[in-house]
Amino acid sequence: MTEPEPFFVLENVSKRYGGVHALQDVNFACARGSIHAVLGENGAGKSTLMKIMAGVVQPDVGRMMLEGSPVAFPNPAAANRAGIVCIFQELSLMPELTVADNITLSNPPYRFGLIDGRAQRRRSEELLARVGCEDINPSSRVADLPLSRRQMVEIAKALGRNPDLLILDEATSALTAKDVDRVYRLLFDLKARNLSILYISHRMHEIEALADRCSVFRNGRHVETFTKGARSRDEIIGLMIGREIEGQFPPKPSRPRPAPLIEIRDLAWENRLTGVTLEAGRGEIVGLGGLDGQGQKELLLALFGVLRGVSGKVMVEGNVVAPSSPNAAKNGRARLALVPEDRKSEGLILSMSISDNLSMASLGRLSWGPFINAGRARAAVERAIEQLRIKIGDPSDPVSTLSGGNQQKVVIAKWLATNPDVILLNDPTRGIDVGTKQEIYRLMRELAEAGACILFYSTDYEELIGCCDRVAVMYDGRIVRELAGDAINEHNLIASALNIVEQREPTHV
Amino acid sequence: MTRAAATRNTPQAYRLGPDDKPVVFAAGFVLLILIVGTGYTLFTQGSMPLLQPQYLLQQLQVGSFLGIVAAGLMLVILLGHIDLSVPWTLTAAAMMATAAGGAWALPVGLGIGLLVGAINGLGVAYLRVPSMIFTLGVNAVMRGLMVAHTGGFAPQTAATDLMQYLAVARIGGVIPVALLVWLVVSIVVVVVLTRTILGRAIYAIGNRERAAYLSGIQTNRVILVAFALSGAMSGLAGVLLAGYSTKAYQGMGDAYLLPAIAAVVIGGTNILGGRGRYLGTLLGVILIVLLNSVLSIMQMPEAGRQIIYGTVIIAMLLVYGRGNTVTG
Amino acid sequence: MSDAVLTRDAAEAGDAARRRGSLGLKLQQQAGILGALALFIVLYLFYQANHPRGFTGQILIQNANEAFALALIAMAQTVPVLMAGLDLSVGAVMTLSGCIASHLVNGTPSEIALGIATCIGVSASCGFINGCVVVYGRIQPIIATLATSAIYMGFALILRPTPGGKVHEDLSWALTNDVREFALTFGLFENGEAAWLQPFAWVPVPLVLLGLIVVLIWVPFTRTVTGRTVYAIGSSEGAAYMSGLPINRAKLAAFTMAGLFAGLGGLFLALQTSSGNADIPQAGAYTLNSIAAVVIGGTSLLGGTGSAIGSVIGALVLRTISFNFRIFDIAPLLQPLFEGLVLLAAVSLGGLKLLRLKNKLEVFR
Repeated sequence: MTEPEPFFVLENVSKRYGGVHALQDVNFACARGSIHAVLGENGAGKSTLMKIMAGVVQPDVGRMMLEGSPVAFPNPAAANRAGIVCIFQELSLMPELTVADNITLSNPPYRFGLIDGRAQRRRSEELLARVGCEDINPSSRVADLPLSRRQMVEIAKALGRNPDLLILDEATSALTAKDVDRVYRLLFDLKARNLSILYISHRMHEIEALADRCSVFRNGRHVETFTKGARSRDEIIGLMIGREIEGQFPPKPSRPRPAPLIEIRDLAWENRLTGVTLEAGRGEIVGLGGLDGQGQKELLLALFGVLRGVSGKVMVEGNVVAPSSPNAAKNGRARLALVPEDRKSEGLILSMSISDNLSMASLGRLSWGPFINAGRARAAVERAIEQLRIKIGDPSDPVSTLSGGNQQKVVIAKWLATNPDVILLNDPTRGIDVGTKQEIYRLMRELAEAGACILFYSTDYEELIGCCDRVAVMYDGRIVRELAGDAINEHNLIASALNIVEQREPTHV
Repeated sequence: MTRAAATRNTPQAYRLGPDDKPVVFAAGFVLLILIVGTGYTLFTQGSMPLLQPQYLLQQLQVGSFLGIVAAGLMLVILLGHIDLSVPWTLTAAAMMATAAGGAWALPVGLGIGLLVGAINGLGVAYLRVPSMIFTLGVNAVMRGLMVAHTGGFAPQTAATDLMQYLAVARIGGVIPVALLVWLVVSIVVVVVLTRTILGRAIYAIGNRERAAYLSGIQTNRVILVAFALSGAMSGLAGVLLAGYSTKAYQGMGDAYLLPAIAAVVIGGTNILGGRGRYLGTLLGVILIVLLNSVLSIMQMPEAGRQIIYGTVIIAMLLVYGRGNTVTG
Repeated sequence: MSDAVLTRDAAEAGDAARRRGSLGLKLQQQAGILGALALFIVLYLFYQANHPRGFTGQILIQNANEAFALALIAMAQTVPVLMAGLDLSVGAVMTLSGCIASHLVNGTPSEIALGIATCIGVSASCGFINGCVVVYGRIQPIIATLATSAIYMGFALILRPTPGGKVHEDLSWALTNDVREFALTFGLFENGEAAWLQPFAWVPVPLVLLGLIVVLIWVPFTRTVTGRTVYAIGSSEGAAYMSGLPINRAKLAAFTMAGLFAGLGGLFLALQTSSGNADIPQAGAYTLNSIAAVVIGGTSLLGGTGSAIGSVIGALVLRTISFNFRIFDIAPLLQPLFEGLVLLAAVSLGGLKLLRLKNKLEVFR
């Protein structure tokens, strides 16, 4: 095995946040002309590694070498100047500014000492064309673009800085299949141009498709680096969680389809939902499949009373319900719960304590009139922590101190405290480590067994296949196909997601 | 993440949470003012009025009007909003209370405050107009209404006996009733903030309204109620102030808005909402009241007062109110 | 990016198609300003149409004089608002500048120039200090400027315990009249009779000054990285930092610009009234009105979108409302009431669009 010439090297780097070792004595190197995948559970230290390399945080100990000479980056701008550019998971775009401003602002073209708007647009167009997004107008505001387009703008912006080392942190999490394909081609192209590329992803098939080398991190330590193909998928997962994994998904019970608890008839909203009809009963996990952005989120929001102007009928046990707000939805004839898309801005109140967050949705049940019953609230919090095995120090710590997986558990626990009949899950495992994912799958099944009805939207086909009793595949605001039993397989999911029965599958799968 | 994580392994007993620090510092600053003021009077007059209970009680009696306004304003600031209509809500309540007279004076005053507050709440919550601008407009409207009502002159009506009793009387000749009113208001606010769903919802909305809404909190209603309470407290302060001065007058509320905001913020409440403790606000009010009285004792001219006032606020916040820099 | 150019044809074809779309997009993005402009035009035409003496240059001059200070202070307020801050000290800085002017803007031309430079320098410094307190002290802008405004007001009171002072009379006359008088006063352009000047001779000088300030200071500012960073901070400070933009420099610049504009406003106010007056209520009223003007001009208090030009229009709207009161013989006592109602109506109209929001989550940004 030939060791490639290292381009950027980290030697004995450590970083602590308070008492927590985010990175401990890490040695890491990446080379030019290669795509290097970095794997690990959440909290394994990947993000900290990236942030150190990109100059967002500084290491406590250790040094960094760029092409043999030591470097230090006090801020992201310094790293950029050295040719290290990072595409972060949380978008680093400024929503109210135009696409052109976002792409070129850190190093704009000048004319007579002032920014040259036309040259700015032209350069943005070139860069957008390079990532295959000629359809994006550089004069539009980023806020007016859908999430998947924003992510592409982010990539174009990174390219505009002429990186030598490009770091992608979960950069494809919000992309459509078509864009993922473009990004792949772009990355291979960049690799051919002798760039060094670091790629962080939770999606195993992406790593298999892209990476030349893989490094696994666990608990802030660099566990192992190996070339592609040297390890099997199961071995990699074993390295990541430090133990062998047994069956990832809990077994599905086989029994006749239950009577519907919730019936959705011809639900329509704006042009995002057109005639959605679906039923789900107690004990069922019904998946919502399809490509990202085909109306799945809107369907969940519509059921939860967030959308205005929804037409069609929703019936619970035969009675029409039309919640006008989340408050009405959670207190209605059937109690609804929604685990929203973005846990950081929608699911949690990050700066408030774990216990406050856990009781946030069920305050009404923990109170005597307007007054909160402190004892009952404390008991409920303890119960929730125990039930979901949330790893915490002190319930009065801010919820922001928890890892991503545990944060998501808090979101779920907060809703379980309301004893919901219908649980709406909007991609609950996105960006979450393998171990927690498994716990969430198991929990979903337990809840279903206990009589809950679960609507589960996921962008991950494996999850849908492994967890759901039925899957309704959505395309352009309607349900194009309902799969059940053995028909829930990757081929069917993808074929119906693209709403074409006989055409080539997307190349990246 | 950084700050919270940094304190994690400190033993519980010694931990000074981010919310406790301002309270401790404000208390320390109150002492400092007392010491400096006393030093000054000892040096110039050879006496120490600042340490006499009688004098302090009298200062606090005057300060209770500010305290009541600040208590209401804190509810709104915790939401991440602000109520700039305090001056003329207070004045309108005072004028209407004296105009109504008799047994109706007090309910009318409070009712006016509640009503104006509710209008603020409607605009801010349901129309989503920025509170800064909506309450500004409401303030102008109230001023217009009162000027039109009085013809621009001082109203001829006088405060009722009850109003005067609440504002100036002393129980047993010692404890001012106004101070007790402030105490009752304080207890109500503390209970609301720490023991009720409303309080929890106020903090949640101040931190992240979107998440609060998706948790099934009726955020619009909470905002409405908080503004209404703030208005009612302005109204109460107006009624008391009219009782104290035996009448209502133009512009009687002007001197209350900015000091009240300053008191709330000095007490550690985040001006962007979501965090802060009532104890801090209480100390902030005491601090400002004492600062004013020391400056009066020193016979400081208006210019000097302004400068010292501004410097003290900045100094206090520099010591403990510093936000975190953005590091992503 | 030489290695990734499109073919020129393709780029140009795309360009043309896009430009057509861009105009619509531009208009859409400027909807707030255009709305304010329409409102101003309607109100002002209404005012002129109903004016008992009809449209005269004299009325225009008077209107321009009364609007200038508010327009500038609204510009001042815009810059911090764009980065999601607020500057509550603009009124105080304006007052301080006016008080300095009432002492120094008099005497020989060089003394006057020095006086004006001092006013501008001091007010920009006040703004810079605000910026330092916000950036290095890490205090919320709204509260930092609340405190500094007290300090600046204190200094203004020291300079002018009672209203008074004096400014150079010719200068005052020239700057608060039309272009012809300006030229006549200083013997320029054949005493204002030059033929080429005649088409503009009727234009009030304050409007010319306002235009110059916008074109020479504001527009270039928005075309610098610092200026764009002000918008970027208002849009998303974290993203601006990640993008390596000069955040601290932009914040300092924003507050300095606010001080500068407020100082220019104060300078003019002193020229207009020929005196300085450390009037606390007046300073407060100007600060609050500046916020109102900014909002009416289509700038979001949440930052990121808007323009000082919109704020100027917002200020004109506010002033035109009071002009209308004068001619309709409404009891002056009722004026604050109507001003408040108009302000509430204007901002509440914006709230009505919420009823059309189909996704209630969009309410919370």
